[in-house]
Amino acid sequence: MANTSQFCTFYLDKLLFGVELKGVQEVIRSLDMTQVPLAPQVVSGLINLRGQIVTAVDLRRRLELAPRPAGMLAMNVVVRSEDGAVSLLVDEIGDVVEVEESSFEPPPETLRGSVRDMILGIHKLNDRLMHVLDIEKACQMTDVEEATAGSSR
Amino acid sequence: MSDSDIVQDFLVESYENLDRLDRELVGLEKNPDDAAALASVFRTIHTIKGTCGFLGFNKLEAVAHVGENLLTRLRDRQLILNPEITTALLSMVDAVRQMLSQIEVSGQEGERDDSILIATLTRLLQPPATPAVPNIGDLLIQRAAVTQEEVHFAAKQQAEGDPRHLNEILVEQGAVRPSDVVDALHVQQSSRGAATVSDSTIRVDVGLLDKLMNLVGELVLARNQVLQFANRLKDPGFLAASQRLNLITTELQAGVMKTRMQPIGNIWGQFPRTVRDVALGCNKKVAIEMEGKETELDKTIIEAIKDPLTHLVRNSVDHGIELPEARVKAGKDQTGRLILRAFHEGGQVNIEITDDGAGLNVERIRKKAIERGMVTAEQGGRMTEREIFNLIFLPGFSTAAKVTNVSGRGVGMDVVKTNVERIGGTVDVQSTLGRGTTVRVKIPLTLAIIPALVVTCGGDRYAIPQVSLLELVRLEAEEAGKRIELVHGSPVYRLRGRLLPLVYLNQELKLTSEKPKEDEAVNIVVLQADERQFGLIVDEINDTEEIVVKPLRKQLKTVKTFAGSSIMGDGKVALILDVLGLAQRASVVTETHDRAMAGKVADAAVTSTQKQTFLLFAGPGDSRMAIPLSTLARLEEFPVEQVEVSGSQWVTQYRGQILPLIRLDVALEERRARLRALRIPPVPGSGPIQVLVLNHEGRSFGLVVERILDIVDDRADVKVEATRPAVLYSVVIGDRVTELLDIPAILRGADLHGSPPSKAMNAAGAVN
Repeated sequence: MANTSQFCTFYLDKLLFGVELKGVQEVIRSLDMTQVPLAPQVVSGLINLRGQIVTAVDLRRRLELAPRPAGMLAMNVVVRSEDGAVSLLVDEIGDVVEVEESSFEPPPETLRGSVRDMILGIHKLNDRLMHVLDIEKACQMTDVEEATAGSSR
Repeated sequence: MSDSDIVQDFLVESYENLDRLDRELVGLEKNPDDAAALASVFRTIHTIKGTCGFLGFNKLEAVAHVGENLLTRLRDRQLILNPEITTALLSMVDAVRQMLSQIEVSGQEGERDDSILIATLTRLLQPPATPAVPNIGDLLIQRAAVTQEEVHFAAKQQAEGDPRHLNEILVEQGAVRPSDVVDALHVQQSSRGAATVSDSTIRVDVGLLDKLMNLVGELVLARNQVLQFANRLKDPGFLAASQRLNLITTELQAGVMKTRMQPIGNIWGQFPRTVRDVALGCNKKVAIEMEGKETELDKTIIEAIKDPLTHLVRNSVDHGIELPEARVKAGKDQTGRLILRAFHEGGQVNIEITDDGAGLNVERIRKKAIERGMVTAEQGGRMTEREIFNLIFLPGFSTAAKVTNVSGRGVGMDVVKTNVERIGGTVDVQSTLGRGTTVRVKIPLTLAIIPALVVTCGGDRYAIPQVSLLELVRLEAEEAGKRIELVHGSPVYRLRGRLLPLVYLNQELKLTSEKPKEDEAVNIVVLQADERQFGLIVDEINDTEEIVVKPLRKQLKTVKTFAGSSIMGDGKVALILDVLGLAQRASVVTETHDRAMAGKVADAAVTSTQKQTFLLFAGPGDSRMAIPLSTLARLEEFPVEQVEVSGSQWVTQYRGQILPLIRLDVALEERRARLRALRIPPVPGSGPIQVLVLNHEGRSFGLVVERILDIVDDRADVKVEATRPAVLYSVVIGDRVTELLDIPAILRGADLHGSPPSKAMNAAGAVN
């Protein structure tokens, strides 16, 4: 089995996403979160991960998906970014899948906007498509204005 | 141990040694007779040479070898160190350093030609014309036991064939006492075999210390959690154990913090060399002085300020200090002085870099700033001296007439400022034209663990660093509505007569948009940001706590309101407020405010010599009065029960003595009225009395006042004649008319003045 790689998969608004397994530190249940006023909207807050303070990024917001329904507890996928650990908030955790390079395809041209930058491509699984997420891009907070973040609060 | 390990160890050790060599060589230049330093320099080079030979670095060995030869001559007093030799030795150190970094990168010495350097060093091996003076003679001269002539005379005798030792001849001649010789020999002896500190220290990897520091941080958090449990469980055994844990943790924390502390001298050590090189490069003469080398700072901070400080030092030499001719013309010593001072003050470290050079030219900076379009001509014209000085910290600003290889390239002061501010410090510059410049850098002691006040707002906790905290004010519900006033919509509070702008934390953080409720108690945290005070209104004030500062990740760096985060005792995360950022956000600190403040401070700087510190208090009928603070011994509060009446005099027992109390309301009465008042022994009212304990001409007495108001600095230069007895003048202090008391007159009035000191202490005598 040449050229295969493992992905940790998770769901966001019924879509399947995957990040390379070697970039994932751990997956944990929902944790107590401290909100960060004035922070970019995609930052849900800060969590205490065994003494380490980790920023939690709401992937639904980051990927411009519909907000998470009230009452649904998010899961934390803690990934290692260049700037240390970051927790990605997702709806549900899927399996670890092993895919071949041949099943990969770049995102379709019709995918536009800032989301395109964060999606490296698509792996065609048997029954569905897995969006491959660029961890670094997803963790980057490109100058989101304070004002837009504040207005929603 | 593999070969590469040996090389690595060799490199680490050699780098350290080379840094020390720089210092010692420059030190030796000033004091060529320092045998201990010479010996140490010799040992270092010798070690490097030996290891190089062993590891097969032949070029390095060759350079170190000639250096060692030269040092042997110096050590054996066949040569005396002069600037030429020092320069040659320093360039040898540089060559060695370059080769070492080459080895570090490639494992090879690299292609280089050191023949010129080797030739210079070899040439210098030839002794100069004059014979070197024997060591013991020097030592004796240094100790002022003998004169230069006597030693020369004895040396001459020795040269003429006297077989005895120099000291023997000197003793014989009666030029020196034998005990002095013994002392000098001791010095000589100890310098030969001087004990090294290496026996009592070990080298530890910084990474390990950082890890320890993190662990201690975690331990502090765990301790906080345990303490909270202990308070809830109320189990005496557990409480005792947790208290012990508390103490040990605190001590451990202090200990680990200390391992990371380094004396600032570690980075200052290289400055003599820097100053020497820069001064030589621009033909200046500069002597560097250092005070407070032992002042300790956290390692991370030391590293962060190293470059800014180096830049400031170079700047001072290059731009600050004038050429020798210009200095002589200006009536100064041709050698410029550069003074580095470091000291702790209020939980911060102050570092001052002072030169006695030309000073900053206000007009030139103003002109330059206008030319460069940094300020408009109109703005420039209005700016105060201090503001103008602070322009030099703007990016791209340089007043150097010409660009030198040292400074004047337009990068610099702004980088200095950014770097210092990044670690929570401030930079300030003061200067007098023709007299010199002082740059003052203030930095926090450590960044790792800080005391902070924890407050609650909108259900979340926030930590406020204690350094910015001035005081806490609580207004009860019924007061709050009245006491918080509005200035065109902006809330203010009168704090001791001055308007304090108020900022609602929940509004600033956009946690709520609703207006504050009228019927709730209000907690005001009075904070200081950039010399400006403001009150921060929070929902609840919890406690002060030692918190472990964890930096915010990149994603949140753009939020200027927070300085970092920390984990609280219950494991939840709390954000640390950046007081300056918050103040800027709330527009407490703005350009105009800064301007006004800068102006005020500049005025203050100009006239600080005429300023006095006054204690302000309320006298009878709420009149505003003051005394110079220097006359005050203590402020005391006595319960009325402690006030006794002796004759017609109030007295109290104070520190084992009887302290006569003078009622200010009586002292201020007209004499006739006062006599009437004296006839009836006054009856103390209720509640504690406020007493200023004063010393006048060796006598102590207490002055009873209504209320203590404040301590202020003021010039008090607007004076009018007093309108009642016991008052010296009416003056303007803090923008309000205040009566300055005439203490001798009060004493005379109370008939205390005339009585002898011993009796004044004794109340019975004092009231006669």
